[in-house]
Amino acid sequence: MNRIKQKLQEDKKILSIYFTAGYPQLNDTVKIIQDLEKNGVDLIEIGLPFSDPLADGPTIQESSTIALKNGMHTELLFEQLKDIRETVSIPLIIMGYFNPVFQYGVEAFCQKCQEIGIDGLILPDLPLDVYQEEYEPIFKKYGLINVFLITPQTSEARVRAIDKASDGFIYMVSSASTTGAKSGFGAEQTQYFNRIASMELNNPQIVGFGISNSETFDQATKNTKGAIIGSAFIKHLTQNGVEQIGDFVNQIR
Amino acid sequence: MTYHADERGYYGEFGGAYIPEMLYPNCEELRQNYLRIMAEPSFQEEFHQLLKDYVGRPTPLYFAKRLSEKYNTKIYLKREDLCHTGAHKVNNTIGQILMAKKLGKNRIIAETGAGQHGVATATVCALMGIKCVVYMGEIDIARQAPNVARMKMLGAEVRPALSGSRTLKDATNEAIRDWINNPVDTHYIIGSVVGPHPYPDMVARFQSVISEEVKSQLQEKEGRENPDYVVACVGGGSNAAGAFYHYLDEPEVGIIAVEAAGKGIHSGESAATSALGKVGIIHGSKTLLMQTADGQITEPYSISAGLDYPGVGPLHAHLYVSGRGEFISITDDEAMKAGLGLCELEGIIPAIESSHALAIFEDRKFKEEDIVVVNLSGRGDKDLQNYIDYFNL
Repeated sequence: MNRIKQKLQEDKKILSIYFTAGYPQLNDTVKIIQDLEKNGVDLIEIGLPFSDPLADGPTIQESSTIALKNGMHTELLFEQLKDIRETVSIPLIIMGYFNPVFQYGVEAFCQKCQEIGIDGLILPDLPLDVYQEEYEPIFKKYGLINVFLITPQTSEARVRAIDKASDGFIYMVSSASTTGAKSGFGAEQTQYFNRIASMELNNPQIVGFGISNSETFDQATKNTKGAIIGSAFIKHLTQNGVEQIGDFVNQIR
Repeated sequence: MTYHADERGYYGEFGGAYIPEMLYPNCEELRQNYLRIMAEPSFQEEFHQLLKDYVGRPTPLYFAKRLSEKYNTKIYLKREDLCHTGAHKVNNTIGQILMAKKLGKNRIIAETGAGQHGVATATVCALMGIKCVVYMGEIDIARQAPNVARMKMLGAEVRPALSGSRTLKDATNEAIRDWINNPVDTHYIIGSVVGPHPYPDMVARFQSVISEEVKSQLQEKEGRENPDYVVACVGGGSNAAGAFYHYLDEPEVGIIAVEAAGKGIHSGESAATSALGKVGIIHGSKTLLMQTADGQITEPYSISAGLDYPGVGPLHAHLYVSGRGEFISITDDEAMKAGLGLCELEGIIPAIESSHALAIFEDRKFKEEDIVVVNLSGRGDKDLQNYIDYFNL
């Protein structure tokens, strides 16, 4: 069974951490993954950096720019990850923009992911209709879960359509924003979390955007399966490097 | 067979809407309404009234006698340089501000490179009393000070794009990020035939007034609606889309798109997307774009800020790949020389963008009886400092 699905069956709130591959140093990728697993994180999103990350705020943009400057590229990431399954068993997702995947070749990319032991992909600018018409069979062939996003503005009909197309979890963007733009949740978010919870979707939801500490983690996961932290972790890496990853994870829960 | 967008916004394999879910409701609202709104008689009436009384349309189709004699063919110039604000850009911003009003939006955002689209957007926002924020790369702000001042006088807030290469592509990213953060009250006025569906089609339709006028003007002057060729420069490609629009499905009309070769196509400092680009995704559209083997978008170069975009609208990518369009690249030097040539022969100072289109006559020969319409997309006032520096004036 796919490691993501297996993890989602556990009776616990999922803590997922995003980091940008190649940041802060080019070869930090494996150490970050190992330390995150060691400190009890449930799911890891490995960011494949892109020159024009238009859904991201300044923190992830900056980390992407530096990662690219450090020399990160698709083939190198695969090279860094080639033996990753010898040391970790945590579910791994690659998150990035569609163009680098498209240039690598979607099938070649998916095949490589399977060889390495990647469990899923999040490609925010690969839209639902294009995925279903052109790429779904390829993702399935290589055992990859494709994760779709929903936002507070997503219509009920479209949430249902996304739920139907999903086979793992739904990435629930907490508010209308780019990453790292807002911290904390108001009544509007609570209402949105409750509204989605009441829809009783087939796939569990994991909340992303706006989660930075234990308080926001608890709020986000009250009615959902888990939460994703990205920008706050990148900031931690910027300030502390890769030596104190445990400190960051342990203050979340 | 048509070269126009299909209902999902594809031109052949190009176009579509490769957008994150955060942008889906905004684009979907626009997609579901744009054709209906544009077809409303009240919309058409207001649009055409403003184009006539405010923009100054129809712009003349001018027979350039001395230029024609020099190149031994019949050259007509479509005088978009005479539009209010100095370029064709305002045709689109008038259309989109009316669209925004119909959609109930009360805040406008836009991206700009050289500042022409920013000025055209700030202008229509002032006209309608709507709040306007223009994103502009930090580097472009420094090198286009007069246009920054114009936008400010017109009441717009100019926000510097500080990310990436701090030029047009990054200003576009910032505008898109703003739209993600303000999905309900804001309309994004994209300045070219780029971006996710329905933008390329919508902007082309607003700019299509250019070729609509050429048809009737040529009928009057030559007794025929169709020229042998229509020529326009292409950055993102909005003036070209407007000039080609009503001729796309008229195979007897040759379509010539002129790109900026910068310091030479293979110099590493160029914006000739058709020659250097590969299929990929930029700003929500599948099109030809300049990128690394790894899919990172690269920074183009041209002396002309309006052609300095790493992609090209999906319509133009399709014209190139299908062979419907003839694509020619012109270097900085060739364009500057052609710009000065138009001043000397016809008393018109063209925008450097338009100078690229004028430069093709040196090498691309036409028959004596050919009728060649060149879209003179903008005037050169904004480029004066460039001309001064280049020619030591």
